[in-house]
Amino acid sequence: MKRAWTTFYRVLKAGFVNFFRNLSLALPAISVMTVTLFTSLFLYIANATFSNTINQINNKISITVYLTDAITQPQLKDFQKQVKELANVKTVEYVSKDEALAIYKSENAGNQNLLQAVDETSNPLPASLNVTPYDINKIQDIKNFLNKKQFIKLQDPQLGTSYSGDRKQAIDRIAKATTVMREAGIGGIAIFALVSALIIFNTLKMAIFNRKDEITIMRLLGAKPWFIRGPFVVEAAMYGFISAIVSIGVIKVMFTIFSSSLQASSLGLLDIGYATKFFNDHFWILLLAQLVVGLMLGILFSIVATARYLKLRTSK
Amino acid sequence: MILLDRVSKIYNRKSTAIERINLHIEPKEFVIVVGQSGAGKTTLLRLLTREEKPTSGKIVVGGIDYDKLKDKDIPLLRRKIGVVFQDFKLLPNRTVFENIAFALEIVGASTKEINSTVPRVLEIVNLKNKSDNMPYELSGGERQRVAIARAIVRQPKILIADEPTGNLDPKYAWDVIKVLEKINRFGTTVLLTTHNQEIVNKLKRRVVTIENGKIISDRSNASYRL
Ligand SMILES: Nc1ncnc2c1ncn2[C@@H]1O[C@H](COP(=O)(O)OP(=O)(O)OP(=O)(O)O)[C@@H](O)[C@H]1O
Ligand SMILES: [Mg+2]
Repeated sequence: MKRAWTTFYRVLKAGFVNFFRNLSLALPAISVMTVTLFTSLFLYIANATFSNTINQINNKISITVYLTDAITQPQLKDFQKQVKELANVKTVEYVSKDEALAIYKSENAGNQNLLQAVDETSNPLPASLNVTPYDINKIQDIKNFLNKKQFIKLQDPQLGTSYSGDRKQAIDRIAKATTVMREAGIGGIAIFALVSALIIFNTLKMAIFNRKDEITIMRLLGAKPWFIRGPFVVEAAMYGFISAIVSIGVIKVMFTIFSSSLQASSLGLLDIGYATKFFNDHFWILLLAQLVVGLMLGILFSIVATARYLKLRTSK
Repeated sequence: MILLDRVSKIYNRKSTAIERINLHIEPKEFVIVVGQSGAGKTTLLRLLTREEKPTSGKIVVGGIDYDKLKDKDIPLLRRKIGVVFQDFKLLPNRTVFENIAFALEIVGASTKEINSTVPRVLEIVNLKNKSDNMPYELSGGERQRVAIARAIVRQPKILIADEPTGNLDPKYAWDVIKVLEKINRFGTTVLLTTHNQEIVNKLKRRVVTIENGKIISDRSNASYRL
């Protein structure tokens, strides 16, 4: 047992010592890993920020069903219940005539003319159901439901139903754009991850290739494969560790500068204010994720890259 | 201790390095292998360390039949044999001390053991003051002596030395030979290749002469003759 620990300690120590003695080989590997981790993290935050922006837009899109004044309380209850049960409906909110009037008054508080047009006794504003869908792409289902004969007669004959003020076309366009953006984001990250994984692997492979003679010597002295491989794995894990720290550090500095100088203005499409908040709120989990990815990349790739030099086959 | 039975090694069609060699070496023997450059001396040694597999023939070393040796057990075989490589094969990123210590780390020696053994071996090869130097900071002869120190530090039952005096001036060359003789007196079988006529003549040991991959003479108490 003590011997196993001694061996483990020696492998660890050799890894550390090699790291410092082979700094010139370490720098390229650390550079590509840092760039990869930095870009991945940045894309991840950007994606989260876009998603947030899209959600905000989605939440603003609501369907308003104006109700006829003739609707009875049981009819209303039943209608509201049925709408709520539709698969794509997130929330249904009832706004009574009085509430509608109150909202109208507060929205037009400065305009005496408009205020005079309405008063409690002759309230011209209809009651309504505000419906928020989960997915604005599937709004047609809701529309079909509301257009059923028995429901049409519950709606205000003039106003009927408004899809955010009948901006269906705009809604459709936003819906389409968000889908494309999400898919492009995921596809882009996937391709980037694949390409950079290949580059990192090749860089590690080159670093190990440069030291294949060392591996041969160790084998000739009777070292077992894992005693030889161990220090290489430790070294590559250190590359991953350093890259993770540096990449998240750079992003941290970046957001600190951005949020103080740009004051949460948006940088093109990116909502810097939200991105900064997202990053700060998730800092520890992101740091952990970076470390895990960095360490795993280093460990796995160095195990694979050393394999070919460790085959104990002798030539015939 | 070492048995070769009709062993041949053909690298490729153009180069037959070893041809039907029979050799039997008893425990504690001191055997010198001589032969011109390219005769097949190094190849013979590489067959013993399992760096190369013979094309045909049987090899048994220290009771291990190489035909039955699994690849995963090769490290265990190599730990039993000390080797001074013709090209030293020192680890470039490790100090002299670490190079020698590495041979002991492989067999799981304790740190205490390493710290007491390595300086002793360095003293034997007269390199105590170079303990912390890197191999590239050493002269050819110094590197060769590190290689020798590393080969003997595990006190192997079999020591293979491929031209261990090749880069040394006569005084040091003779020091190295004395180390080999001393180890041999303590019970290690020594297999030495050399070009040095004077050493062969002075040693008065068993001399195996190889020419074009074949043994052309094998005499005890012999002097150098090609
Ligand atoms: N890996 C190899 N592939 C092909 N041919 C080889 C290989 N190694 C050695 N040879 C050939 O085998 C022959 C014997 O080589 P070897 O190294 O055993 O000679 P040697 O007796 O040790 O010579 P020297 O005294 O110069 O060290 C030579 O002709 C050499 O060219
Ligand atoms: Mg040779």
